[in-house]
Amino acid sequence: MTTTYPSSNTQTDRAGDPSQPLVELRSMTLQFSRQTILNKITLSIPRGQTLVVIGESGCGKTMLLKTVVGLTRPRSGQVVYDGDDIHTLNDHDLTNLRCKFGFVFQNAALFDSMTIGQNIAFPLQQHDLAQGRDVNRIVFDRLAEVGLPDSVAAKRPAQLSGGMRKRVGLARALVLEPELMLYDEPTTGLDPIMSDVINELMLRTSAKPDVTSLIITHDMKTAYKVADRVIMLYPFSRLEKGEDQIIFDGTPQELEQASDRRVRQFVNGEAGERLMELRSSALENFE
Amino acid sequence: MSSVPSSRPNKIPTTELPGLRDSLVRWVSDWGGLVVDAMTTVGDMAIFTYRVFLWLFTSWPSRGTILPNFYQVGVLSLPVVALTGTFIGMVLANQSYDQFRDIGLENQLGAVINMSLVRELGPVLAATMLAGRVGSSMAAVIGTMRVTEQIDALISMGANPIRYLVVPRFLACIMLIPALTIMADFMGIVGGYFYSVVMLGIDHYQYLNNSRQFVGGWDFFMGIFKSFFFGGTIAIVSCYRGFHCQAGAEGVGRAATAAFVISFVLILVVDLMLNILLNAVYTSLGFAGKKMF
Repeated sequence: MTTTYPSSNTQTDRAGDPSQPLVELRSMTLQFSRQTILNKITLSIPRGQTLVVIGESGCGKTMLLKTVVGLTRPRSGQVVYDGDDIHTLNDHDLTNLRCKFGFVFQNAALFDSMTIGQNIAFPLQQHDLAQGRDVNRIVFDRLAEVGLPDSVAAKRPAQLSGGMRKRVGLARALVLEPELMLYDEPTTGLDPIMSDVINELMLRTSAKPDVTSLIITHDMKTAYKVADRVIMLYPFSRLEKGEDQIIFDGTPQELEQASDRRVRQFVNGEAGERLMELRSSALENFE
Repeated sequence: MSSVPSSRPNKIPTTELPGLRDSLVRWVSDWGGLVVDAMTTVGDMAIFTYRVFLWLFTSWPSRGTILPNFYQVGVLSLPVVALTGTFIGMVLANQSYDQFRDIGLENQLGAVINMSLVRELGPVLAATMLAGRVGSSMAAVIGTMRVTEQIDALISMGANPIRYLVVPRFLACIMLIPALTIMADFMGIVGGYFYSVVMLGIDHYQYLNNSRQFVGGWDFFMGIFKSFFFGGTIAIVSCYRGFHCQAGAEGVGRAATAAFVISFVLILVVDLMLNILLNAVYTSLGFAGKKMF
């Protein structure tokens, strides 16, 4: 369902240079205090691609996503969006650029002081893109797009289930018709059926022309179902010296045949040497 | 651990009182860390305040964002400020009466009660109530928004969280605290009058006449002028603590407590500094010992 905004400017500058990747990370390093989270990550995401990032908890997946949007600043390296290094843009340009992003947060991050309708309308009103009845129409369109009835618009986030909140988060992210969708663990904490609903919604969104998606997930079903390409990040502290933090980069089919033991372990959900670590730490505690 | 290597190198030379040196190094390191942390916080807060003022002078948020904050800070704080003011007026009368009666000056009670109220107790009490009722709540709300990624969501949608969350609260605090101060003053005066005249039987004419003689417009101005700074301090400190809230329920709790404690201490510090400044101004204008208006 396509919505025409009365005075939208989000569709401008959308073309860009199709031969250039939409997002590029150039030797990007992220540190907190003295702890390195991401080390010299180099990655490019072509336009229209759905890239899924997998990796164990604490390996820096969410930080990668937040650095792409400019929520965290890298220690060194560049994050280039459509030719612009986003961390050198001024506040005004960065704000305009963010209108091209749709971010679905892990726990939806809905504003609990607002109704669902106000949540979805927030980006429109923030940027004066629609008013009055147009706002209502767009809100109802977006709710319908994620399979929720109009009556949900009057409810508060606390009145909805986890799955419904995730869908509202998706509706809010879609409201400005972004060209880059970012999902932070979209199926975490949901039942298998609701996870599949979210997967289907992500597939539908990715199928729209000019939409590029970056999805962070632990859920291999999601990875296999929606990805054009999968990369796996490994915690920096566990890497051998000089080893790249991206230990796998390929298609979902290639992921199934990956030769790296760590990748196979993650895909098959095996604890492996982590179990040994648990045993040795239990032994140390006992001693 | 049972397996201590027998060939571990002895890093501390035994001839240099290692215990004393280690303690000294630790002491310097701990205090150094505290000083660095404190300076970082002050610097961070200064940048935060600068950003608030930048938005304040460039682009205000919409009326729909500002009005709920005005309601929260102003309307909902009014009853508690009025009640506190009334009782403080009565307590002042009760506490001062015996001492003034002993020296035969009980008729001067009105001047003392009303002067203390409009210069000091009214503004400080209103600010303390605001810090407790509104400041902690601001820190808790913004802290929860930080912990649940709602602030990240605001940023990712192209909204500036300082403009959207802090500026309305700052405006509400500095614009409505004078009204709350006036209410605290008024109710304190009423409470003090009621207790002194009705309960203690002080002469009505003497009470009011002495008040009129000693309490002037400058005293009211002083209290209200100071309240603007108190309001600004509460808003900045509370919002800052919320923005820098640590993760989890404990983090939000700590942010709310710290918001009140720091605001209260700063209110008293700012109060002293403004008192010194305003008294100097009053004296330099040549009104020392006289009523300006």
